[in-house]
Amino acid sequence: MRRRLLLLLPLVGFLVLGAFLYMGLSINPFDRDSALMARKFPAFELATLEDPERIVDASLLDGEVTLVNVWGEWCPTCKQEMPQLLDLAERGVRLVGVDYKDTREKGRDFLREFGNPFEVNIFDPEGSLGFDLGVYGAPETFLVDRDGIIRYHHTGYIRPEDVRETILPEVEAWR
Amino acid sequence: MQTLMIPEIGHYALIIALLMALVQGVVPLAGAATRRPLWMAYARPMATGQFLFLAISYACLTASYLLDDFSVANVANNSNSMLPWYYKASAVWGNHEGSVLLWSLILGAWTFAVSRFSRELPRDMLARVLGVMGLVSVGFLAFVLITSNPFERLLPSVPQDGADLNPLLQDFGLIVHPPMLYMGYVGFSVVFAFAIAALLGGRLDAAWTRWARPWTNIAWAFLTVGIALGSWWAYYELGWGGWWFWDPVENASLLPWLAGTALIHSLAVTEKRGAFKSWTVLLAITTFSLSLLGTFLVRSGVLTSVHAFANDPSRGFFILMLLGITVGLSLLLFALRAPRVSHQVGFSWLSRDALLLINNILLVIMTVTVLLGTVYPLLLDAMNLGKISVGPPYFNTLFVPLTVVLCLFMGLGPLARWKRTGAGDLLKRSWLAGLLALVIGVLAPLLYRGEWNLKVSLGVLVGLWIVLPMARDLWAKSQHSSGRVAGIRRLSLAYWGMILGHLGIAVTIIGVTVVSNYAIDRNVRMAVGDSAELAGYTFTMTEFGSRRGPNFLADVAVVEVRRGDSRRSFTMTPEKRLYIARGMPMTDVALRPGLFRDLYVAMGEDLGDGSWAMRLQYKPFVRWLWLGALLMAAGGILAVADRRYRRVVTARDPEHTAAGTPREATT
Amino acid sequence: MAMMTRLLLCAVLLLPALGQAAVEVREFDDPVTEQRYGDLTATLRCPKCENQAIGDSESPIAGDMRDRVYAQLQDGRSDKEILDFMVRRFGDYVLYNPRLEGRTLLLWGLPAALLLLGAVVVVLMVRARRRISARALSAEERARLDALINRGRTE
Repeated sequence: MRRRLLLLLPLVGFLVLGAFLYMGLSINPFDRDSALMARKFPAFELATLEDPERIVDASLLDGEVTLVNVWGEWCPTCKQEMPQLLDLAERGVRLVGVDYKDTREKGRDFLREFGNPFEVNIFDPEGSLGFDLGVYGAPETFLVDRDGIIRYHHTGYIRPEDVRETILPEVEAWR
Repeated sequence: MQTLMIPEIGHYALIIALLMALVQGVVPLAGAATRRPLWMAYARPMATGQFLFLAISYACLTASYLLDDFSVANVANNSNSMLPWYYKASAVWGNHEGSVLLWSLILGAWTFAVSRFSRELPRDMLARVLGVMGLVSVGFLAFVLITSNPFERLLPSVPQDGADLNPLLQDFGLIVHPPMLYMGYVGFSVVFAFAIAALLGGRLDAAWTRWARPWTNIAWAFLTVGIALGSWWAYYELGWGGWWFWDPVENASLLPWLAGTALIHSLAVTEKRGAFKSWTVLLAITTFSLSLLGTFLVRSGVLTSVHAFANDPSRGFFILMLLGITVGLSLLLFALRAPRVSHQVGFSWLSRDALLLINNILLVIMTVTVLLGTVYPLLLDAMNLGKISVGPPYFNTLFVPLTVVLCLFMGLGPLARWKRTGAGDLLKRSWLAGLLALVIGVLAPLLYRGEWNLKVSLGVLVGLWIVLPMARDLWAKSQHSSGRVAGIRRLSLAYWGMILGHLGIAVTIIGVTVVSNYAIDRNVRMAVGDSAELAGYTFTMTEFGSRRGPNFLADVAVVEVRRGDSRRSFTMTPEKRLYIARGMPMTDVALRPGLFRDLYVAMGEDLGDGSWAMRLQYKPFVRWLWLGALLMAAGGILAVADRRYRRVVTARDPEHTAAGTPREATT
Repeated sequence: MAMMTRLLLCAVLLLPALGQAAVEVREFDDPVTEQRYGDLTATLRCPKCENQAIGDSESPIAGDMRDRVYAQLQDGRSDKEILDFMVRRFGDYVLYNPRLEGRTLLLWGLPAALLLLGAVVVVLMVRARRRISARALSAEERARLDALINRGRTE
């Protein structure tokens, strides 16, 4: 009898592995949470896109729940998600942009052409703020609470349904 | 007008093949269960028919590629009218749909081969073996037809030209690598079918192992060559000289190889000593299951990217079901029908039996380790414990010491006798080899580089420890009253196979050791007239030009290489290509191969002002990696050519006539 | 999308899903630092790519990470500091050599446990089998084998 049970072991092992593989089918390995979740927004000191003379730092994000969107003129998906960001701005969400690895001229053209939902845009030509945020491709969006803590992270394109289903509820939850 | 029908003919042929596989899977198995010779006799003709129709189907897809029929979606996505014809033919398996069709065709070919060369098998055994293979085939053909049909048309809007084959795949290595690898993967289905047949029929004896062993060895040899070709391709095509990355895709091929290696050895014990029977059956099931698991891991995207298959998640689900049914049922059958009382054979500590037991346990641990490392990120992710990566440092940390331990026992294997070997006798035959291996191992890095290096010493020691005792054994065994030549002739091919196989491992280990520790690479900035030095060679860029290939444009650097102050020099011409159809840039490395070192020049980016980033590499002993693999494969094949297997093959008469009668009755 | 197709193709062919290597020219003060740079860029995983170390990737983020590694090496930071710096930004995902912690206990521990178990199994099996008198059983086996061969012949 004991031997029979022993012979069942391979089957049991396989079934366990199979269950994990089944779960694995619905997992997206590229959908990773930011390492900065529940941590303070990284310190920075950069000029704004609008005004090269105006230097801003992380205190920019204090006091109000803010959606920080990392974008660039070179990023086609960023253009596609602009209508959703404009929609969010219209609904009263505070948005701050990070113009990532871009030139000032191109960044401004981009906003002129696709609209500007951002209260202000941090100009990050070297990608240093982006790097500290752990951004590895644009667009990426971070929700920062009134204490400057990162509370939610969205990698890639924000679909119109994401606005209703996840982003707005998250903003509400942290307000 | 005729040519327009080709994809449809291929599609119909595939459907017919599926139906034949279904008959082959169901009728002979039912016949074997109910002892009806007529039903059992369906197996062989159906195997032949299935293979024939698969070949027709495959030929049709190839024809669509060669004729540039871009109305076929598969052709339009993966070929281009500018592509040379041989890449058009190999582009058939350069994509998911076509490669699953190749997988099925190869399964058909193995089934056909079994039906041809196993006529001496008892009727019920053959019926069960072919029946099981038929069922596996049903699964895969259904997978092709339902989720991955390569004959789908793009009608009515036919593209002007195709999107082209990925330039990375436009290469000789890619013509030969996938078929070899699939031959190995799918080849293990034969021993799997034998194992299931043994469980169903309750027959597991020395004769059974003698039937199963040749098929296992051949499949294993193909897999070995397939893996080596993949490594070789990565080495020269990816442009930076790496030859093994512990990528999930590579691990997927290493897993059945490790289990298959254990299987080859445990089959030896089962044949010679009648021991480890259940274990051998379990390994046979495991080896093929790991082939299937590899297919699942790679194609479902669970380890790579769901996005890749996002447009059709049904594929991953289908393969998982296929895997679950095949492996689940086999292991259930194993649990229910594995020999209840194992055949107890006695052996002592110092015996070949004990050494092979250790070999099997170590190989299984290595298999589990690789599997664990490969799926662990997935396990954590499924349990919501975050995303981690498991890469080369992990695998090297665990796999290398395990290999060293395995090899330490391996050196004694060929010297030990079955049942028991006298300790004094074993010591007498191995002490000198051991001492030599130790001394040379310790000195090798000092002599080679003037600096001691533990890893190199260990690698060389282990390599020599495998080879030297074997050489001594060969010397002793080849002694003969009528001279050494007669003595050598007297040795069996199986023995030679073992020698070659083990020699291959030693050669690979030495290659890995030297190239991992002594490879040198340098990235340099080079313009025409500039020189750089590496490992005693002077590289001078003498010219820079451009050329036009059949489907690409290339910048070409001409680099003159001279060793030391030698007057003789040779040129190497790395290229930076731009493939027109995809607009994809590619680095084409220049290689100067040699038995003891490769020189390797890859072109990087244009740095402006006429200079380029160039990567120069010196790769000592890198060829030994693949040379070792070829030796291993040769060993596997040689062992099959042994007299005792051939004798079995010729004694086929009774079964032949027995199978002939019912076939006539059906026509 | 083009990258996806490429990765997919490699996956289908059972080849590592790797793009081609990046070639960069960097100057180092001493060979030890150069070696450390090579090791670090081989053990950090590119967060954007399929399965590539930052040292082998042409992706822009991998280039940024290499720049950081290089700069921090020049600043005299230790390997651990550099790895921690990367993990703070990109998570444990970028470590090819997973750290030993609660969730990776099984990953690191199972092979060792199996090795121990294997040793025990070998000892138990060999000790049990040493006592069996082999001769009688192998004779019985021979008889069965003969019977089988004869059956095959007469059928």
